Amino acid sequence: MAEVSPRVGLFVTCLVDLMRPSVGFAAVKLLEQAGCSVDVPRAQTCCGQPAYNSGDRADTKAIAEQVIAAFEGFDYVVAPSGSCAAMIKKHYPELFADDPPLRAKAEDLSARTFELVSFLTDILKVEAVESSFSGAVTYHDSCSGLRELGVEAQPRKLLNNLPGVEIREMEESNVCCGFGGTFCVKYPDISNKMVSNKAGFIAASGAGTLLAGDLGCLMNMAGKLQRQGAGVRVRHVAEVLADMADEPAIGEAADEESIVEQSRAS
Amino acid sequence: MQSTSPAFKENARSALADQQLQKALQNVKSGFIGKRAKARARLPEFDDLRDAARDIKNHTLANLDFYLERYEEKVQASGGTVHWAVTAEDARAAILQICRDAEAKVVTKGKSMISEEIALNAHLEEAGLDVVETDLGEYIIQLRKEAPSHIIAPAVHLTKDQVEADFRHHHTDLPDERPLSEPTQLVAEARQMLRQRYLDADVGITGANFLVAETGTSIIVTNEGNGDLTQTLPKVHIVIASLEKVVPNLEDATTILRVLARSATGQEFSAYTTFSTGPRRPEDPDGPEQYHVILLDNGRSQMLGSEFEEMLRCIRCGACMNHCPVYHAVGGHAYGWVYPGPMGAVLTPSLIGVDEGGQLPNASTFCGRCEAVCPMRIPLPKMMRHWREREFERHLSPKAVRFGLGLWAFFARRPALYHRILGLKMRALARLGRARGRFDALPFAGGWTKYRDFPAPQGKTFQQLWAERQGAEKQNGGPGR
Repeated sequence: MAEVSPRVGLFVTCLVDLMRPSVGFAAVKLLEQAGCSVDVPRAQTCCGQPAYNSGDRADTKAIAEQVIAAFEGFDYVVAPSGSCAAMIKKHYPELFADDPPLRAKAEDLSARTFELVSFLTDILKVEAVESSFSGAVTYHDSCSGLRELGVEAQPRKLLNNLPGVEIREMEESNVCCGFGGTFCVKYPDISNKMVSNKAGFIAASGAGTLLAGDLGCLMNMAGKLQRQGAGVRVRHVAEVLADMADEPAIGEAADEESIVEQSRAS
Repeated sequence: MQSTSPAFKENARSALADQQLQKALQNVKSGFIGKRAKARARLPEFDDLRDAARDIKNHTLANLDFYLERYEEKVQASGGTVHWAVTAEDARAAILQICRDAEAKVVTKGKSMISEEIALNAHLEEAGLDVVETDLGEYIIQLRKEAPSHIIAPAVHLTKDQVEADFRHHHTDLPDERPLSEPTQLVAEARQMLRQRYLDADVGITGANFLVAETGTSIIVTNEGNGDLTQTLPKVHIVIASLEKVVPNLEDATTILRVLARSATGQEFSAYTTFSTGPRRPEDPDGPEQYHVILLDNGRSQMLGSEFEEMLRCIRCGACMNHCPVYHAVGGHAYGWVYPGPMGAVLTPSLIGVDEGGQLPNASTFCGRCEAVCPMRIPLPKMMRHWREREFERHLSPKAVRFGLGLWAFFARRPALYHRILGLKMRALARLGRARGRFDALPFAGGWTKYRDFPAPQGKTFQQLWAERQGAEKQNGGPGR
């Protein structure tokens, strides 16, 4: 471990903040275990992707500027999402292509920004984590993390090193689940076809738990599996890696007290 | 061709409900993806070749006027004629004139997407010509009076049972007992029918995969050999090509050929790669008496220098649609015009306008698989996003979407307000969903809950819980870990 602990700013992501804070606390726990000092700037909301992918460049830029300012001074910025991390890392610099001072700041932020699991393995050189989780899992490769950031082997490596975990790969694990941000509500019929295919492959894998690194995709797949009554539990990979999988899985009945307790304990 | 692209959503819905189509679409996944992956794996320098191919096209596009003029000079020097067509109408008129001058009655055609783009068949048929498609897929859809649903596999939306039924219906002298259930039998039957047509033809029309500036050569790739018969047997050969097909020299063409078939069908090379330069020379044993090239712009020069210029690198291999989960779900006809899939989503608004084709670049999850396999490294999602920006600027996006986005952005740009308001909302939603952990219906989320449950939020937001944790730590005199 480095002698001076790296200062990490957690980019919580809007979905984790609003829907599933336990993923954020799992991220904090993993980062702190790996020797980081973690802070969470209050002036963050969202990475701006919904506006960006809807063609609204002005709002995207305003939100990006906000994120750039909020995360100034951190050694690293880490997000428990390949999609949001890729937005900051790959697309912020493009947004300010014709504004050199902001472009420089965006590039600086880009260089410091990482997706959580690949940050642990590739930057902090974490080889293994400790978790009492036990069971067969299948892992869905979310598109942005996979194709924009190359997140593929990293989560599998950490999962493989957990004694209780068996990975059962599903067919087409690298094909889009049909979430696509606003796509799933703009084109519900197509999105449904895609997530139905995905749910079929998940069920066929025989794993009891589905994991992925992006909450949007996870909510989509969980929602479909539950509508079908498939009985597969759905979690963010960080929950398993941080040994915080006691929390009810996505879409299962929640108990608020337990989250508060976990947040205090972490 | 009249576009139905504005009705993409309705088209998609009917496509999803069409069992026969859904069955046929399975062939796209099984027929292309694994083969391309294997072909790529067999060639270690494949990704370097993609870079080289990209660079060749970039260089050519940056000097397009130069190479086109060189190309025209060489075509003329070899005894051929180049007809510059600014619009589809110009191209159709030039082709019809050549046919009339040749007193043509029968026209055979090799597969050409440009022909589809300019709706050539209907135009020639209206003028009384007998037009015969000779590519098997094109021949099938010509019988069915359909448009292609894929740029290299025009009849991929059909099962072989459907094709058998079409042949039995149209080939009236076909004995009932002749087996036609296997693809090879279908090919043999089509060949049998087409053989005489090749000999009857007065004019043969082919597309072009490349136009070579250095030599004035046009190159086509086929697997059936139909292109060769189309262009060598009739007395007139017409090549129709859009202007971005030009490459500087033969070496450049062969570099790009190395990625073309591998990306398209997973073949090292297509069965036929045919070079044609000018009409028959006195010493040649065969070949056409006349050689014409229709060089079509049809909006492409407008793409030069715009954010869509990179689209002009496209070599029409079809890899983007072969790997596209949206294409897999709805097939090519849902896109409503000539070019489907990701490349069509970028190209269609460029060629027929964003008012007409604007749905297509929206119908993508930006999963990025198209860009990952594109042999020419075209950033397709980025260009689809550019179209969305143009639509947003022009207020073409649906009102409800703009309103929702505006409301969301208002809060997203005001963190303090955002945390307060959404924090309250999430707690309320969590309370409502606590018993089951999810919702099967939610106001304003019908698109989601029609098909899937919506998970209930856990309760307090991360920011609230984090603030509580920080407060607790302060009270305890700092982090107690």
